[in-house]
Amino acid sequence: MTGSAIGPRAPEALEALMTRPRRSRPRVGSALWWLVFVAGMLYFFLPLLATFEFSLRMRPFGQAYLITLSDARFYGTLLYSFLIALITIVVSLAIIVPTAYWVRFRMPRLRPIVEFVTLMPFVVPPVILAFGLIRSYSGNPIPLTSIRFGSDLLLIGAYVVLSFPYMYRAVDTGLRAIDSRTLTEAGQSMGAGYLRIIWSVILPNLRVSLLSGAFLTLAIVIGEYTIGSFLRPAGFGPYLSNLGQNRTYEPAAVSIISFALTWVAMGVIQILGRGTRVQLAGTR
Amino acid sequence: VTAGATSATEPGARIAHPARRRPSWAWLGVVPFFLFAALFLLLPVAFLTIGSLQAGDGTLTIQNYVDLGTPQISRAFAASIEISLVTAVAGGILGFLLAYAVILGGLPRVLRTLLMTFSGVASNFAGVPLALAFIFTIGPLGLVTVFLFDVFGIDLRPSGGNFTLFSKLGLELVYLYFQFPLMVLIIAPAIDGLKKEWREASENLGATPRDYWRHVALPILLPSITGAVILLFGNAFGAQATAFQLTSGQIPIVPTVITAQISGDVLHNPGLGYAMAMGMVFVMAITITAYSLLQRRAERWLR
Repeated sequence: MTGSAIGPRAPEALEALMTRPRRSRPRVGSALWWLVFVAGMLYFFLPLLATFEFSLRMRPFGQAYLITLSDARFYGTLLYSFLIALITIVVSLAIIVPTAYWVRFRMPRLRPIVEFVTLMPFVVPPVILAFGLIRSYSGNPIPLTSIRFGSDLLLIGAYVVLSFPYMYRAVDTGLRAIDSRTLTEAGQSMGAGYLRIIWSVILPNLRVSLLSGAFLTLAIVIGEYTIGSFLRPAGFGPYLSNLGQNRTYEPAAVSIISFALTWVAMGVIQILGRGTRVQLAGTR
Repeated sequence: VTAGATSATEPGARIAHPARRRPSWAWLGVVPFFLFAALFLLLPVAFLTIGSLQAGDGTLTIQNYVDLGTPQISRAFAASIEISLVTAVAGGILGFLLAYAVILGGLPRVLRTLLMTFSGVASNFAGVPLALAFIFTIGPLGLVTVFLFDVFGIDLRPSGGNFTLFSKLGLELVYLYFQFPLMVLIIAPAIDGLKKEWREASENLGATPRDYWRHVALPILLPSITGAVILLFGNAFGAQATAFQLTSGQIPIVPTVITAQISGDVLHNPGLGYAMAMGMVFVMAITITAYSLLQRRAERWLR
C-alpha cells in the first residue's frame, strides 16, 4: 500500500486516499443507518404523539387541558414538588460542593470512600430507600413520620441522597475543568481562607456544572413517584398517578405538560453542558 | 506547593508535609457529607438488614432468607431478572446501532445532536407519565393499536388475545423507551473514541472491514458495551414506578412484591419483604461493581 510511503506530512493526500473507497461503499450502508435512525425516532415520538392526540380527544376541543389548568390540585402538587426540589438542590449543593473540594485538596485519601458512598443510591433502589426511611424514622426514638413536616424532611433527605451521584460527579468534573488548584493557590497567596475561596472563587466558576446538576435534580424530583407515594404523597408524581387511575383524558394532558417540563429542564442542561456526559439518575 | 501550605516562613521540608505540622482538623470538612449519608442512606439500609434477620416477634432468625426460595418469591426474582435482561440486551443493541448510525454511519451531523438531546430527555422520561404514554399508544384504545387494526387488520387489543400491554412483553416495550436512549448516551463516547488511525492502520495492513471489526474495533468496544448493558440491567432491575402504574402490581416483579409484603394487606410479612430488599441490593451491588470495573478497563482506550 502507498499509505505508509506518504507519511504523516501529507495528511490531505492520505485523507483523499482513505475517503475515496469509503465514500462509494457506505452509500448502501447509509440507507440502513437511516432506517435505524428513523426506527429509533419513531419509538421516541409515537408515544408522545399518541399521548398528545389522546389529550385532544376530549370534547369540546382542549377540554382536558382546561380542566387540568383549572384544577387547584394540579398547581398545589406542582408547587409542592417544586419547593421540595428547590430545597433539595440547595441542601445537596451545600453538602457536595465543599465535600468535593475538600476531598480534592485536603483529603485525597478519602476519595474512594466518598465516591463509593455517592454511588450507593444506585445500589439501593428508591423503593427500598423509602421502606428503610420509614422503618428508621417512624418509631422511637425519632418518630419523624408522625410530626408536622417530619415526612417532608424525610422526603428531602431521600431526594438529596438520590442527587448525590450526579451532583458529586458534576462538581468533581467541574473542579477538574476549571483548574481549581491554581485558583486555590491564587486565592491563598492573596490571603483568603478556604471558605472564602469556595464562596467567591470556586462557586462562581462552577456555575455551569452546578446549574446542570440543579436542573437534573429539578426534573427528577418534580416527577418522582415511588418515594413520594410512600413517604408523603403530596407531590406531582403521586397526583399524576392518581389521576391516571381515575380519569380518562386529563392524565394525557398532564403527561404532556409534565413532558414539556422535563424537556425544558433537560434542554437547559444540554445547552449548559454542551457535552455528552451520561446522566443516570431518577426513579423509573 | 501543596494546598495546605499557608506561610512562606515555614521551613521548606515542612511545607511538603503540611498534614503533619499540627493535629489536623481537616477531616471536619467531610463530616456533613458522611453524616447526611449515614442518616438518610446507611441507617435505613442497616435497619432493613436488621429487619430481614428478625421474625415477626423480633427474635433473630434466618427464616426470611430461607423463604426467598419459595416459589412465589423466586418467581418474582426470575421475572425481574428476565425483564431486565431482555430490555438490557434489546435496548443495548438498538442503542448501539443508533449511536453508531449518527457517529460513523454517515448521517448528517445535525442528527447526532438531535439524537443526543432526545436521548437525554427520553432516558429521564420514566415512571407514571411514561406508563400512561404507552397506554395511549399501544393500550387497548391506543393510537397505534387502533391504527393497526383499522388499516392492516392486526389486532393488538387484549380482547384479540394476541397482545396486551399489561403483560411482561408490554412492560419490556415500555422499559425499552428509557433503556435504548441510555445506551446511546453511554456508548457514544466509546464509539467516538474509535480513532480513525486504527482503521487506517488496519486497512494499510490489508484488513477487510470484517477483519477490522473482529480484531480491532470490537475488542476495544467490548468492555464498554458489556459495561453499558450491565448498567441497563441495573437500570431496569431497580425500576418500580413504571411497572406499578402500568400493571397496578399485577405482574409480580421484585419491587411490587416487596411493596406487597411490607405494606400490603394480603401478603403481610415485612421480614420477608426486607430480605427481598436485601436480595435486590445484592443484585444491584454486583451490577454496579461489574460496571465500574468494566468502565475502568474501557477507559484505557479513551484517552
